[in-house]
Amino acid sequence: MAIYEKLEAKPAPQGTKGIVHWVKENLFPSVLSSILTIISFYILYITIPPLLDWMIFDATWSGTKEEITKDGARWIFIFEKFNQFIYGFYPEELYWRPNLALVIFVAYIIAFKRVNVKLKAFIIISFPIITYTLVAGGFGLEHVETEKWGGLLLTIIVASVGIVASFPIGILFALGRQSNMPIIKTISVLYIEFIRGVPLITLLFMSSVILPLFFPEGMDFDKLLRALIGITLFQAAYIAEVIRGGLQAIPKGQYEAADAMGLSYWQSMGLIILPQALKISIPNLVGSFISLFKDTTLILIIGLFDILAMVTLTNSDTNWLGFETEGYVFVTMIYWVICFSMSKYAKSIEDKFNTDHK
Amino acid sequence: MSKLENMIEMNEVNKWYGDFHVLKDVNLKVKKGERVVICGPSGSGKSTTIRCMNRLEPFQEGQIMINGLELTEDVKRIREVRTHVGMVFQHFNLFPHLSILENLILAPTWVGKKPRKEAIETAMHYLERVKIADQADKYPNQLSGGQQQRVAIARCLCSNPDIMLFDEPTAALDPEMIGEVLDVMTELADDGITMVCVTHEMGFAKKVADRVIFMDAGQIVEENEPNEFFDNPQSDRLKMFLEQILDH
Amino acid sequence: MKTHKKARQKEVAFYNNPENRAIIYQVLALAGIFIFTYFILNNMFENIEKRGINTGFDFLSSEAGFGILQSLVAYDESDSHGKVFLVGLLNTILVSVIGIIFATIIGLLVGIGRLSKNFMVSKLSMIYVETFRNIPILLQILFWYNVVLASLPSPRQSISFFDSIFFNNRGLYIPRPILESGFTAVIIAFIIAIASVIYLKKWATKRHDETGEDFPLFWVSIGILIAAPTLVFLLSGMPATLEIATLKGFNFKGGWTLIPELLALAFALSIYTATYIAEAVRAGIEAVPKGQKEAAAALGLKDSTILKKVVLPQALRVIIPPVINQYLNLVKNSSLATAIGYPELVTVFSGTSLNQVGQAIEIILMTMAVYLTLSIIISILMNYLNSRMQIKER
Repeated sequence: MAIYEKLEAKPAPQGTKGIVHWVKENLFPSVLSSILTIISFYILYITIPPLLDWMIFDATWSGTKEEITKDGARWIFIFEKFNQFIYGFYPEELYWRPNLALVIFVAYIIAFKRVNVKLKAFIIISFPIITYTLVAGGFGLEHVETEKWGGLLLTIIVASVGIVASFPIGILFALGRQSNMPIIKTISVLYIEFIRGVPLITLLFMSSVILPLFFPEGMDFDKLLRALIGITLFQAAYIAEVIRGGLQAIPKGQYEAADAMGLSYWQSMGLIILPQALKISIPNLVGSFISLFKDTTLILIIGLFDILAMVTLTNSDTNWLGFETEGYVFVTMIYWVICFSMSKYAKSIEDKFNTDHK
Repeated sequence: MSKLENMIEMNEVNKWYGDFHVLKDVNLKVKKGERVVICGPSGSGKSTTIRCMNRLEPFQEGQIMINGLELTEDVKRIREVRTHVGMVFQHFNLFPHLSILENLILAPTWVGKKPRKEAIETAMHYLERVKIADQADKYPNQLSGGQQQRVAIARCLCSNPDIMLFDEPTAALDPEMIGEVLDVMTELADDGITMVCVTHEMGFAKKVADRVIFMDAGQIVEENEPNEFFDNPQSDRLKMFLEQILDH
Repeated sequence: MKTHKKARQKEVAFYNNPENRAIIYQVLALAGIFIFTYFILNNMFENIEKRGINTGFDFLSSEAGFGILQSLVAYDESDSHGKVFLVGLLNTILVSVIGIIFATIIGLLVGIGRLSKNFMVSKLSMIYVETFRNIPILLQILFWYNVVLASLPSPRQSISFFDSIFFNNRGLYIPRPILESGFTAVIIAFIIAIASVIYLKKWATKRHDETGEDFPLFWVSIGILIAAPTLVFLLSGMPATLEIATLKGFNFKGGWTLIPELLALAFALSIYTATYIAEAVRAGIEAVPKGQKEAAAALGLKDSTILKKVVLPQALRVIIPPVINQYLNLVKNSSLATAIGYPELVTVFSGTSLNQVGQAIEIILMTMAVYLTLSIIISILMNYLNSRMQIKER
């Protein structure tokens, strides 16, 4: 039998905390580990300083091509060709139109969360019409053929149309795969497994070469449209699988409760099941979108001029031969920044979910 | 009092997580064959204390002796100490990819270097003791919680430990299964094995413990023999704690 | 009155009956598909005829008339399109195998590195993954081909290793081993080495079962696999020579050439796919609950035993399915070779052959069929593996 006086907390002893301790624990805990640390620092030493030199310190930021004296990146090439990288062949005097479309897009995104359902529907329906009119023409605005669309403008258009158009199709196939009706299920499975089993490039070849053959002669198929169809059909299959995962995560009880309330199939799907399934799938859907964004680069193989194609193109300007490296580095940085930001965004959503559900 | 009569000796043990002082001057001596129960509010350091005994948790100051062996940083010494100490976890921690039998013979064959046949005999013997021999070829996820915990106890026994540590062994079990596990633990106690058990099961403590220890905020606050401990708490903090848990 | 009610009940019963509805929907769906397909096919045949394109697979035996940059089997312009298909397929397999091997090695190292307690190692691994995962694979391929490999020196100023390996903007030149007849003995020695390792494993397990004694099987096996063939090789008088590539004029002759197209594709595919493999490895190891390691440690098991018997078996169950999926992705991504002209299946068959012959439908469908077949085989393999590995539940 014993009782003891309350003790006050003491600070941790020196040598078990602080910077010196941290360095010892995390960088040099053992011989092998210390060797790895040294090798790591060496790797950084031989890559980072030369890279920084090339990109920043020795780079040429201004002046004309003839005045180049330094060894590093000649960014004047990028500045010179910047508009082509971003807008492709779009007429320069009409740049305000895609710019306006982008501003509207950002405004819509900010507004989306704060408005009610009716306005949300209005946004979803009006946005494609407005953007299409602005970029392509119509309603009094001058028409700009799709051949002139290029660069980052084209990449964003293809990616956005791809994700938006593939979404409802993907939902349908996901529901179809879950269906009890054998024919519907078989059709869905065949579609999904076929698309997922072949490389995107073969689908793009198919939609670009074979698709026009399916329609009566004279029906002129816009090149961009063919690519969009290929990309949409491709993405729809992958989205279908993501949503199917979400659907399978919904407890059976939800389906039963919806049935018990007397809801029809489409009502229970639309009001109860899909909202939950989609919410669960959001992190994977964003991941899917990031993949799609990266995949848009493939359209250069079928003759469309996305931002990556512009590198080769701008390089064929006889005034500016040999600047490919700067072009590739520039495009790499743009893609990296966009994809990295999207993946961080997806991660933050996922984290939010993990704290929401306990 | 010879040195070996103390199975477990913790002298002035202090532990910090970063700057947070989790164990304050813990002094604890457990004699051979003694049954000790540790209880206290969550965060009091009771789990941390017993996890220091088999070095699942390191400590910065003080000394721990297990069966005469000092617990140092040396990897070989740590493994040696662990062969004397068995630990039963709150979440059983059975290996799901191995059968019950394989779970039990893993340590004897790979640490104790016993031939497989001998290990199987020992394993079946202990499976019978915890009354679960018929499940030997099943897999952990096919068993109920209570069954899994009994298997976990048998798994420790196969290594012939001198000391058994229990870290809230029934806290993750459905109420109707708590009894079967406590029964096994009571039988073990009757066999004379040294036991240190972190638990809230007061009935068990009263029946089996030689000594009950109350920890709060990282230190030992009060210790007594069970009846006095529960019926006659001395310190204010213990009084408050008992009121809270006995209120249900 | 009564007859009215009855009649209405009967009507309602027919097409509101869910079973009947299901049949109606499916019939409608099938009908829709048939009509659509008929429409498409009809137009297609009309268009084909109008453009004078042939149908059927006869073109496979007609002469191709173009050269191919690299081929694993003998090929020249007079060979058929069917041969082109084969050459392309073999090249796809070649680059895929190389890519898979390196992607796995890099992915394993980086994945384990991410979990390292060493701050630098784990941070560098993370930087690797975050960097290469967020750059499109096509961009990486083009970067390697147009920036890195193009900036290598010309053959006359090659970077050389040991005077026998040469690296320049025309490719990587490595010595070609010429095997003489005595080499069969070395091959036999290797086969015997493999057999003995298998037997050794059985013996070591039995010994462990009976006595509990441990045996350093891994190192001994490696030793045997290396030592036995090497010994036979030396003893039989080294029955193999190396044909080293030599500079003749402006170019190298002899030896084996790895063309820059192959190198760029292999580098890019390996580095890119490795990022996904690394994440799968990391996720798999993290998926093993901490308590498993604690329980195993509390039983006194050594770290290496814990890894071998407790952590890896559980981690591999989680790692293997996504990794196999990534292998499939790598094979599909090899089709991007079209952008740099590496002569794999899509480039030569769906590219050049298609341009010559014009029969897009047959050619593209044949190409897709190859990838589909591979997909299906992998799927079946995965299902088999999954059912074998499954942890048994209630």
